[in-house]
Amino acid sequence: MSLEQLKPILEAALFAVGHPLSVERMQTLFPGDEKPSIDEIKGALKALGDDCQTRGIELKELASGFCFQTKEYLNPWLKNIWQEKPQRYSRAFLETLALIAYRQPITRGEIEAIRGVAVNANIIKTLMEKEWIRTVGYRDLPGKPALFATTRQFLDYFNLKSLEDLPSLLPLTNAQAIPEEGFVV
Amino acid sequence: MNELVINAKVQGEPFTKWPKDLYIPPDALEVLLDTFEGPLDLLLYLIKQQNLDILNISIASVAQQYLEYIQLMKELRFELAAEYLLMAAMLAEIKSRLLLPRPIEADGEEIDLRSELISKLQAYEQIKKAAQDLDKLPQQGIDVFWAIAECHAFELNKIESEIDVSVLLNAFKAVLERAELNTSHVIAREVLSVRERMSHILDLLRGDNKICFSAFFKVSEGRMGLVVTFIAILELVKQSLIELIQEDLLTVLQVKLV
Repeated sequence: MSLEQLKPILEAALFAVGHPLSVERMQTLFPGDEKPSIDEIKGALKALGDDCQTRGIELKELASGFCFQTKEYLNPWLKNIWQEKPQRYSRAFLETLALIAYRQPITRGEIEAIRGVAVNANIIKTLMEKEWIRTVGYRDLPGKPALFATTRQFLDYFNLKSLEDLPSLLPLTNAQAIPEEGFVV
Repeated sequence: MNELVINAKVQGEPFTKWPKDLYIPPDALEVLLDTFEGPLDLLLYLIKQQNLDILNISIASVAQQYLEYIQLMKELRFELAAEYLLMAAMLAEIKSRLLLPRPIEADGEEIDLRSELISKLQAYEQIKKAAQDLDKLPQQGIDVFWAIAECHAFELNKIESEIDVSVLLNAFKAVLERAELNTSHVIAREVLSVRERMSHILDLLRGDNKICFSAFFKVSEGRMGLVVTFIAILELVKQSLIELIQEDLLTVLQVKLV
């Protein structure tokens, strides 16, 4: 199948499904004898992405695969389409999520130790329901606490391809090297 | 606003005003709990307010400030914020240690509360920043939107058809035949009720869409158990709670919730 034949099929499939599709999944759209190779599909996707330069959408590769999405700079206009403002997440929610993302796998107790406050059970529940986090195992400690890790859906939501694309953390200075302090009453 | 009477004293001076940079209304506890994510966050705020690097802070003076805040909250229902009190106790301990003359290297195993606190503050600051950065990333459904286009309706590949009772009986017969092969096992008789089995089947179906008919039958339960399961399935079908599906002739029989 030629590149020119492949392009509209993949484009239509991506628009029809409305969520990221992996290259392997795209391959299964074709019957055995006309199945394009992974490289052919990637070539067609590259061409589709290039076609988007002057358009309001772009082809983006996320953790679960490729998808067309609106360009971020158009947001000031797009957000007026909806009456209600989308709700942003609370700091407690984001801090809990950030800890799971950057320190995974992590237990609830470890999250609490760093944040200095108890983890709200609803936050973990919401994260689980959104399928942004999952239990990947249990720490061999009394009570066998669950170990949490993030999912591909989490990366998709934050427009990331892999965990390596997360913003880098602040560097930590060794606290042991702190000069002594004199205290004046 | 109500007139407030404050009896706190700071360095001998009566403390008559709330700190200017942070308005604390009379029901301040909720505000405190809402504004800060915890004691580390409040402490970090106090440090940043002095524009100091965490490594260079004078724990003593920050502790002083922190305790003042806590003092201001004294008459409020502070038992709700135990974490803040715990931090206050820790700061007070560090402060009191600094005030006391230190024995010269008694055993070298003294826990350095101060560097421990600083490590905690750093770890918290790091994650606080990470959470802010995470929030700045383009979010699907808020900052970017996945494109979707309607496609023409088409017939789904799988057509679910009504099935004949004989298919069901044949499937059950196959299960029973398999059980015969297992009869040499000595099976402790279990009390099995149809009701219980019905709930169990519904439970199993809740997560999955479809489960293979034969998957419900555990040969190890013996003939009696198999019959209970079969009756339970028939009863559920009769009550229109579940549905039996065969996608094509000679393919496996599947069960799903209606």
